[in-house]
Amino acid sequence: MTGTGIGAPVRRKEDFRFITGKGHYTDDINRPGQTHAVFVRSPHAHAAIRSIDASAALTSPGVLAVFTGDDLTADKVGGLICGWMIHSKDGTPMKAGGHPALAQGKVRYVGDHVAVVIAETHAQGREAAEKVKVDYEVLKPVVDMAEAIKPGAPVIHDVASDNTVYNWHLGDKAAADAAFAKAAHVTKLDIVNNRLVPNAMEPRAAVGDYDSGSDAFTLYTTSQNPHVARLVLSAFIGIAPEHKLRVIAPDVGGGFGSKIFIYAEETVCVWAAKKVGRPVKWTADRTEAFLADAHGRDHVTHAELAIDEKGKITGLRVHTKANLGAYLSTFASSVPTYLYAPLLSGQYDIPAIYAEVDGIYTTTAPVDAYRGAGRPEATFVVERLIEVAARETGVDPAQFRKKNFVRTFPHQTPVIMCYDAGDYDASLTKALEMADYKNVGKRKRESAKKGLLRGVGISAYIEACGIAPSAAVGSLGAGVGLWESAEVRVNPVGTVEILTGSHSHGQGHETTFAQLVSSRLGISIDNVSIVHGDTDKVQMGMGTYGSRSGAVGMSAISKALDKIETKAKKVAAYVLEASDKDIEFKDGKFSVKGTDKSIDFASVALQAYIAHKFSGQELEPGLKESAFWDPTNFTFPAGVHICELEIDPQTGVTRIDRWTAVDDFGEIINPMIVEGQVHGGIGQGIGQALHESAVYNESGQLVTASYMDYCMPRADDVPSYNVGMTQTRCPSNPLGIKGCGEAGAIAAPPAVINAITDALGHEDIAMPATPRAVWRAAQKSIGLKAAE
Amino acid sequence: MYPFTYHQPDSVRQAASVAGKAEDAKFLAGGMTLLPTMKQRLASPANLIDLSKIGDLAGIEVKGRSVVIGAMTRHFDVANSKELQAAIPALADLAGMIGDPAVRNRGTIGGSLANNDPAADYPAAALALGATIITNKRKIEAEDYFTGLFETALEEGEIITKVSFPIPAKAGYEKFRNPASRYAIVGVFVAKRGSDVRVAVTGAGASGVFRATKIEAALTAKFSSKSLEGVKMPAEGLNTDIHADAEYRAHLITVMAKRATDKAK
Repeated sequence: MTGTGIGAPVRRKEDFRFITGKGHYTDDINRPGQTHAVFVRSPHAHAAIRSIDASAALTSPGVLAVFTGDDLTADKVGGLICGWMIHSKDGTPMKAGGHPALAQGKVRYVGDHVAVVIAETHAQGREAAEKVKVDYEVLKPVVDMAEAIKPGAPVIHDVASDNTVYNWHLGDKAAADAAFAKAAHVTKLDIVNNRLVPNAMEPRAAVGDYDSGSDAFTLYTTSQNPHVARLVLSAFIGIAPEHKLRVIAPDVGGGFGSKIFIYAEETVCVWAAKKVGRPVKWTADRTEAFLADAHGRDHVTHAELAIDEKGKITGLRVHTKANLGAYLSTFASSVPTYLYAPLLSGQYDIPAIYAEVDGIYTTTAPVDAYRGAGRPEATFVVERLIEVAARETGVDPAQFRKKNFVRTFPHQTPVIMCYDAGDYDASLTKALEMADYKNVGKRKRESAKKGLLRGVGISAYIEACGIAPSAAVGSLGAGVGLWESAEVRVNPVGTVEILTGSHSHGQGHETTFAQLVSSRLGISIDNVSIVHGDTDKVQMGMGTYGSRSGAVGMSAISKALDKIETKAKKVAAYVLEASDKDIEFKDGKFSVKGTDKSIDFASVALQAYIAHKFSGQELEPGLKESAFWDPTNFTFPAGVHICELEIDPQTGVTRIDRWTAVDDFGEIINPMIVEGQVHGGIGQGIGQALHESAVYNESGQLVTASYMDYCMPRADDVPSYNVGMTQTRCPSNPLGIKGCGEAGAIAAPPAVINAITDALGHEDIAMPATPRAVWRAAQKSIGLKAAE
Repeated sequence: MYPFTYHQPDSVRQAASVAGKAEDAKFLAGGMTLLPTMKQRLASPANLIDLSKIGDLAGIEVKGRSVVIGAMTRHFDVANSKELQAAIPALADLAGMIGDPAVRNRGTIGGSLANNDPAADYPAAALALGATIITNKRKIEAEDYFTGLFETALEEGEIITKVSFPIPAKAGYEKFRNPASRYAIVGVFVAKRGSDVRVAVTGAGASGVFRATKIEAALTAKFSSKSLEGVKMPAEGLNTDIHADAEYRAHLITVMAKRATDKAK
């Protein structure tokens, strides 16, 4: 064994490159003759464009061209698409308004792309962009969802006169209503899931290049899924056929979902490269990232839980309004529907669930998937309801959960999902012990002596990851299949290249994928390289999101490695002059059963390529195999996080004192990387719960458009995490992996809010629980206590 | 950033002369506010006069019953000055709480006072300690110096050369940071010199730094945080934004004043 296989906490191979500044990001790419694109963006939330006068910009120094929506139309460049069809409960298809890459007669949010200036330098482009005169007829903005659906509200898209994209539902309404009719207790809660800005460290960027000799385009871009970008740019937007369009996503500095989508700026850059006959580069500045990256979350929900006299949950009803922003982004329609409501059963045995979701247009930035995508919203609803229900019925929240856990598997929920494996009681029991839950009361009294309010909050989350079985998502409206592909190329010296359709933008694939190869072939990870992010090198693949690269991407690699092993055995059989049925492969050595004849992996690789021993036989030379893996089920990572915190009622400042995380991710490839993913996810979840919020004012201006007002969590805002694991193997993939990338962000928000409301004597509080909000709530709860 | 002409004079006299001749000139004393504003194209001075090469503008000196700090002294040096830590520890403490390490290593006391950001820290110290702002033309008492948001008594082309702080018997500074920007939402500097207690508040006032007379009266009676129990500051004239409303700021003034008083030495 090489010590770098599955389960080894080896250091990340890619980190030396990143830490020493040797990463190669899109903005590091400069093509000969490169020009710069600067976008003219709408300063209004909602306006009709009467005219665009680019004459002054065109004569500005260094300007090559100014393009508007008309130029795209003239070139038959289509609009951006939403790739997931959702039908309303009355059977009508969702109302998707056009999403032009450059505005067509109207703008619908501040930052909407109106025109583009192509100039010799970025500074000249900016100068000229300020000279593009756009005559706007300002229309009334529609910022608030409740306002948007009122009769007579300004219409954002003509196809949706009520600003409603769909009224969707899932589950059995009659069964849920019957459960509530018989309920001994009903817990009701109104919940806001706050809007977030993704804030990847690297902003989006693109370099479009066109080679007139071969009539082919190359787009270098910050993408989590370059093949999907190529497919959409080719088949739907019509830039070029796929064989004439290469998409390269080099090192990418974080995505959190926001780099899944095919945006206007990247589309315009690659198209404009041919128009001006020179490469076109664009790198978003941070303001553009705030304004025009797809935002996350933004739900308003009313939820009700029915409980019988024994404290068992009998029903759940949820009605959610989901803000989809001004346009439907690439997967926007699926996030508050099929990535949300199927998780509303949580870890609990709930016989009847009914969920309604209204997708609503507003004059704000488009909203799409952000770390967790729908599942954090579902977990927040379930875990807040459970906590409040336990408190209302006077049961310890941990016991209330235990009483209602799913305990037998497989478990079919009333909302699509069939949980295949898990042990929720084990996670909770371990977490309670690690968190020293039994002594919370004592610690509360100690805090009280210091004038501080201590609270503890549990979050028992579940997520559906390993996205996803193609037939299943196809039946739910997805326009694509969600399998993954891999190719294993063994070089003649026995080193290995893995070409994967997954894309690493922080996840550490160069290490974990190599660990799988190390385990299987008995070679060190130093002899394995991972190739990803280039549509000319890697066969069609689906990319990285939804915690899928381990469960789906690595399963494809595993399948290809199976084929490599089979073929290598045949080569070894020829070399060792035995039947391939008698060849055993173990610890990097092929040997003939019952003999001392053996040959190592590297020698077999060489023999495969020199082909001296089987020339003219049926066996082909070479050692290279590919595979596609289509999962048969989602995976179901689950766990329990416990947050313990102290509130200073004088200032409202919340300090997280302890954090316990016990997660069941199935098999673990690299425990250090998994723990890192958990840390990062919790950090983002704490950010949502305590700090982050995208705020639009009444006129539709984004008030939080910089770090002066948008509060990112910092190192001193988060505690040292106490992370533990339980393990049930995932039965639906060969490696037993469930996925870990989103868990922290899903688990954390309700743990924090449950802890704050515990500290405040059950006074409810909305996210983000900023010091001001906590102070106000604390005044109220102290006031109530004083009155008692 | 828009194009500008860059000047690097080596004396205050020369700097003033350049400023007198150049149109639309700004002094660059550290640039921790000016440069980001220029990068965002929100400011576009035609001329930038960099004061960093003027040798005699930086330094900290204890002179009798005062500490004199050169205008171009960086926050880092103010925070780490042994002389200042002994004479006015609260002022060194305040400097160490400004921004982040990068800002503290570039930003200067003169730059901060000239900019008079309503959420900056130094204005609270200057007002509470009764500092004198010394320019190339005159001496201005802190009481007369701060005239509004980003506004001061400085005239066009006038350059701060140093700031003189009388040494108090006791002083303390505490601030409540904006969670996002970490500027002061409320910063309170309390200073006691003889029977005179002054309390200055930054970050909260709609017209910038101000003296909290109600708190001064309570602390004059007895310099103890207990004197501030039940002292309610009025919310009138305080800022409201997405992070803190006027009522919360008013409440925080008393809380920060208590904590500054407890810290005072």
